[in-house]
Amino acid sequence: MKFTLPWLKDYFDTSSDLPAILEAMTMAGLEVEDAHDPKDALKQFTVAKIVSAKQHPNADKLQVCQVETIDGMKEIVCGGLNARPGLVTAYAPIGAFIPGSGITLVAKPVRGVVSNGMLCSGSEMQTDEDPFRLRIAHFEEWQPRAQALGLSDEQAIADGGIIELPATLKVGSPVAEALALDTVIDFEVTPNRPDWLGVVGIARDLAAKGVGKFKLETVKPGPGKFPCPVKVRIDAPDACPVFAGRLIRGVKNGPSPEWMQKRLKAIGINPKSMLVDVTNYVSFDRARPLHVYDKKKLTGGIQVRMGTAADSFEALDGKTYSNLTDMCVIADDSGAIGLGGVMGGTTTGCSIETTDVFIESAWFDPTRTAKTGRSTGIRSDARFRFERGVDPHSCVEGIELATRLILEACGGEASEVIVAGKIPEGPKPVAFKPMDMKRLTGVDMTAKRMEQILRALGFEPVVPTKAQQTANGVWAVKVPSWRPDVEGSADIVEELIRIEGFDKLPDEPLPVAANTTGNRIVVTPLQNRVRTARRVLAGRGYLETVTWSFMFHEKAALLLGGANNLQSSLTIDNPIASDLDYMRPSMLANLAEAAQRNADHGADDVRLFEAGPVYPGDKPEDQRMMVAAVVKASKARMWQGAQPAYDVFAAKADLFAVLAALDQGPDRFQVGAVEGPHWHPGRSGTLRLGPKTVVATFGELHPAFLKAIRAEGPVIALEIALDALPTPKAKAGKTKPVFEKADQTPVKRDFAFVVDEKVPAGDITRMALKADPKLVTSARVFDVYRGAGIGEGKKSIAIEVTIQPRGSAMTDEQIEAVAQAVVKSVSKATGAVLRG
Amino acid sequence: MAIDTQVAEIEVETSKAIAAASDEAGLEAIRVAELGKKGRLSLLMRELGGMTPEQRQVAGPALNGVKDRLTTAISARKAELELVAINKRLQSEREDLTLPPRPEPVGALHPVMQVFEELAAIFADMGFAVAEGPDIEDDFHNFTALNFPPGHPARETHDTFFLKPDVSGAKKVLRTHTSPVQIRTMVNQKPPIRVIAPGRVFRKDWDATHTPMFHQIEGLVVDKQVHMGHLKSCLTEAFSRFFEVATAQTRFRPHFFPFTEPSAEMDMRCDRSGAEIKVGEGNDWLEILGCGMVHPNVLRSCGIDPEEYQGFAFGLGVDRLAMLKYGMPDLRPYFEADVDWIKHYGFKPWLLPTVTGGLS
Repeated sequence: MKFTLPWLKDYFDTSSDLPAILEAMTMAGLEVEDAHDPKDALKQFTVAKIVSAKQHPNADKLQVCQVETIDGMKEIVCGGLNARPGLVTAYAPIGAFIPGSGITLVAKPVRGVVSNGMLCSGSEMQTDEDPFRLRIAHFEEWQPRAQALGLSDEQAIADGGIIELPATLKVGSPVAEALALDTVIDFEVTPNRPDWLGVVGIARDLAAKGVGKFKLETVKPGPGKFPCPVKVRIDAPDACPVFAGRLIRGVKNGPSPEWMQKRLKAIGINPKSMLVDVTNYVSFDRARPLHVYDKKKLTGGIQVRMGTAADSFEALDGKTYSNLTDMCVIADDSGAIGLGGVMGGTTTGCSIETTDVFIESAWFDPTRTAKTGRSTGIRSDARFRFERGVDPHSCVEGIELATRLILEACGGEASEVIVAGKIPEGPKPVAFKPMDMKRLTGVDMTAKRMEQILRALGFEPVVPTKAQQTANGVWAVKVPSWRPDVEGSADIVEELIRIEGFDKLPDEPLPVAANTTGNRIVVTPLQNRVRTARRVLAGRGYLETVTWSFMFHEKAALLLGGANNLQSSLTIDNPIASDLDYMRPSMLANLAEAAQRNADHGADDVRLFEAGPVYPGDKPEDQRMMVAAVVKASKARMWQGAQPAYDVFAAKADLFAVLAALDQGPDRFQVGAVEGPHWHPGRSGTLRLGPKTVVATFGELHPAFLKAIRAEGPVIALEIALDALPTPKAKAGKTKPVFEKADQTPVKRDFAFVVDEKVPAGDITRMALKADPKLVTSARVFDVYRGAGIGEGKKSIAIEVTIQPRGSAMTDEQIEAVAQAVVKSVSKATGAVLRG
Repeated sequence: MAIDTQVAEIEVETSKAIAAASDEAGLEAIRVAELGKKGRLSLLMRELGGMTPEQRQVAGPALNGVKDRLTTAISARKAELELVAINKRLQSEREDLTLPPRPEPVGALHPVMQVFEELAAIFADMGFAVAEGPDIEDDFHNFTALNFPPGHPARETHDTFFLKPDVSGAKKVLRTHTSPVQIRTMVNQKPPIRVIAPGRVFRKDWDATHTPMFHQIEGLVVDKQVHMGHLKSCLTEAFSRFFEVATAQTRFRPHFFPFTEPSAEMDMRCDRSGAEIKVGEGNDWLEILGCGMVHPNVLRSCGIDPEEYQGFAFGLGVDRLAMLKYGMPDLRPYFEADVDWIKHYGFKPWLLPTVTGGLS
């Protein structure tokens, strides 16, 4: 919302300067976004007078002018068509910043002639092109030059030239003063304060804040000269409970008064004609939208009714809107002519020829107005106000103000005001408990001060007599009709502290939380897992990423095994981009794509991970917390010989490192078949807890999947479902089991088993451990051999078994017995035979 | 020859031989020849048995003395020879130590995640637990329970992403703020409550300063007597600690949020005169967060009696906060997974933010 300082001062007497007013605004909740003081922006521009103008020796379009300036006589090169001796215009010295072009002037030759400054156009100063209409009035004085350059009159006028200022101005005086430009303030209107959408409302709050005095004269009703001939019927009282109207006949429409144009232009509204400008003016002055109809274009009376599918009209934005079901329609006998509170139609709008104008000042339901605005996409100042809540009591006042302005500017004769329907009651009185002030803010405030603030804001508190003012007293507070946001005691507290100032809040430390009893762990076990997993992976050389929670549905389909498995409830209805329209079922596509992007930029060892959510379903409990990582590494060359490539087993090592850090010993999981079409069927696997629960997947990504997302393989990946890991059993205390150092040296024995190709090595080591769980403490594969001497379809797995004697040393016979047990256990379970 | 002469001769000869020995094998041969089972000195020792006690008293100590001295001389020489051998081997063991070590990838943590942990450390110290909620929310938790009635214009400021309607026709949303976690916490937990809720949030907006997904952190305190003075003190302390500047200064000014009443925004003093914004000095104010007293309607919609309980809530964008603290000029690379950016702005994995060791 923009307004100018003089406009504000219509309703606000103040001796405060601009910074004090801006500060008061911000501290009252009117957050200032910009305060543009043109005197400041234009301080380098002064009035100058051209003494002579000669043709530039090297350029047809330029002239070399001798100019009388604040800095004395200057030679200035000028391209303005209207530059001519005697012209009073704007001068900028060398070093000045030209806001319109964004350049700072330097003294440099223009086609061989040095220009010692610049003569400026309105747009170069970001002001009006021809504020005094002098350039156009003196067109014949510069038209010959335009003609000589081969320009038509239209081209010349469109081209314009430098600004023309009244000849009475003194050389050297500030241009800003001559233009009498006002300071424009722009601030953010929070959605709860529709009254701030009018200058009057701003003045009221600033006065309450103590930087000036609020003054508002009620608009005296102008008596109607004749009954209003336009009849208004409301058939949709929920959408439009009240509609006030008045006809003014015999008006002469034309440009609105200079002062009104100046204010409208300053806030960015182009003046059109008085009848249109007055609606805009009242809208910004009082937050009271109006609409004007050309009576002669109306067919019969006005009806306010609910729209139908058959309704259609052309709105003032030039677009045709049809199917107006559920919208509040303004209609005459010709059909729909406007959407109530949103936008009027072209067929009945006012033009420069209008002589009989019918003014509408109604009240439209905020919710319906917002809904209509959303479904039509119309953004208008009227909609903006009505959907936030216009003061219902401003209907008649708004019409009276508009009448006065129209009669002053356009003459004419006003009818009586008709009011169809009933003015809505407005906000209900609030039961305010003064003790809530201290309770919610910690601030002690006297009843007197409370009353003072409330009255300044237009509230009417009924303060109980002193005798009744107990701690639990309740005040009945009448809420002003322009404050639909105030509903309860807490809202009154906000008004009080807002005006008193948040700097008055006490600085009171939070008491130590009652529920902290020694145990100050504030993160859940899952949050701790995320933290640990991230740090382990980063410690092992991975870079942490954050990638979008949404992805392209076609890629999601690849992860889910086909488009049939996509869920509609995970599809974004209004995606930011068409390829970000589905909630990701896995992070791996995003990560693999990111790895490829980095590889494309020359990174040759990309290790990325992300700890974040994936979305198998749309219910809260469906969301999963995963950690996923990808590696796209080229084989690193090394002077000592090539390093082993990062492969599935490197991923497995990283995976086990994470699990170990999470106290999840790898032995408790089984390696199982992979799930998901994006994994390489032979070079990836899952870690499972029991047959069903997959806690992790690791391996190579499927080449077809990589091709579909345009990534080059191989890409090795791992994925851990942190929320699927078993929760370690809670221990009674923090003590660890007593440490017992095995005093006997462990014995290591090697075994080579020949087994069928299909037997997993993991089965062999598992069965070796099982042979004597007490004495066999480790079984580790150190060689896998296929080929001569083994037989077709067979392989030899060599393992090193560690036997840990307990208590006393073991005899050779005892060790041999354990070795035999290992062989027996492995053979029985896997059909292995010892390699001869 | 008298035994003592023989012993003296052996000592002289052997000492010379030891000194002359050029390797360990030669030295061992000397030891065997003199001190071994059948060595000269050992044979002489055997003769001690046939001597008179008087003779033995003289010859015994003499023999033993020589034996000790030769043994010592042999080990001394052995040590010398070992050193020579080592020095000789070292001549061939030379590496060019300017050669590079095996390459090892260097990992890093994402700045936004680090900042989450910094805030968690600060608020944990003030007794806040960490709460969470789902990214896919329903209208009730994201809006209605937070006092955004259906059709309220404040909803429009949120640029909400909607999911396609489910079988019942209801459209879920991607949460537009972390505030729904307030609702989930208050519904599931009895006061007193003190939580922060970090997480992803989503708004349909994408330009130089907005991304369709970003991060927020929410805070909620509900108790019987918590008021705005506590809010002011708590947030001033927390964010002064966060920016790690001793001179941090905050300012609270009124604002509007549907779910708080009174509502405020907190600014911090800053200096914008240079290329980077400096927090803690200067003449400008920088908006940090939104906050306020939990609206009675919100408490009611969670089954909490606003006459008995009250509290405050706050929420802020974490990505922007990280940009401010660490001087990151642009938001967009946060989500681009560019390895050079992560290496540049990321954090070392062992840098765990703590209140004892410092945040960063």
